[in-house]
Amino acid sequence: MVISCSPHSKKPVDMEICRRNDEIEISELDPFLAELLRQIPASANPEGTPAAEKRLFSPPTSGTETEICAEWKLYVEPELRRLFQTATETVAADLEQLDGNEKKIASTLRIPSKHADAWLSALNQARLVIAAKYDFTDGELGDHFRSPIGSRRDLSLFQVNFYGFLQEFILRELGGWEKGSGD
Amino acid sequence: MAKNVTVTTFPIWRNAGPSTVDKPTIKKETRSKENLDLPWQVVVHNDPVNLMTYVTMVFQRVFGYPREKAERHMLEVHHEGRSVLWSGMRERAELYVQQLHGYLLLATLEKAS
Repeated sequence: MVISCSPHSKKPVDMEICRRNDEIEISELDPFLAELLRQIPASANPEGTPAAEKRLFSPPTSGTETEICAEWKLYVEPELRRLFQTATETVAADLEQLDGNEKKIASTLRIPSKHADAWLSALNQARLVIAAKYDFTDGELGDHFRSPIGSRRDLSLFQVNFYGFLQEFILRELGGWEKGSGD
Repeated sequence: MAKNVTVTTFPIWRNAGPSTVDKPTIKKETRSKENLDLPWQVVVHNDPVNLMTYVTMVFQRVFGYPREKAERHMLEVHHEGRSVLWSGMRERAELYVQQLHGYLLLATLEKAS
């Protein structure tokens, strides 16, 4: 699979994503896409954005069952925080492969299959946090061809879509792994 | 599999007075254990950010549903705005909602009407 997202470079580099044995390999990563990947852990952090915090830690009932909600805040929410943090930490550790490559024209990132769930979670957290922060409309979220160049909002929308693309690929490959492991 | 449990109810004594007391009639009725705990549903709500394939995978993993059933529920969430994924005892429903929140889906626990 190939994706071309090189707004700043004169000669576009096509990012390639494929599965090699028990890894997902993302190669030909240009500095722009590599930077978007580096931003996953920070983007997944809802702190300072009440709408994002509310979305990641939504109430377990529609609001009428106050006792359940209170217990949830006390016992379940800390568990969820730990779960989400573990996922972003795993992703951050994988992203260390890109350290020192900031100016490299094409970098490669390898994601072990056992980290696939952590990546799915961190990418999802990041997409939800960004979407809550910018309050994107359904129309905007469905606009997969908008250029990232323009405003911070356009760039963030591109980020949501790029992360979604990676999620789709990992999901597809994850299906293969799960089938394979059962064989 | 629903287990049968026996519930005994005591109707109010009729014609109770200082000198005469009717013998209480003991009425037995049988309800399934599942029915006693039925009023809880696990509902998943629509969210424009979560990917359809992701939601399908989560339903398969959490509820063990086959792909077709998981997709049916996902499409119901997408088109109708919500879908009841499971109903039964409160404790188990809470556990499912917790798992769904772990996957970042918008899920709630509701009393069945």
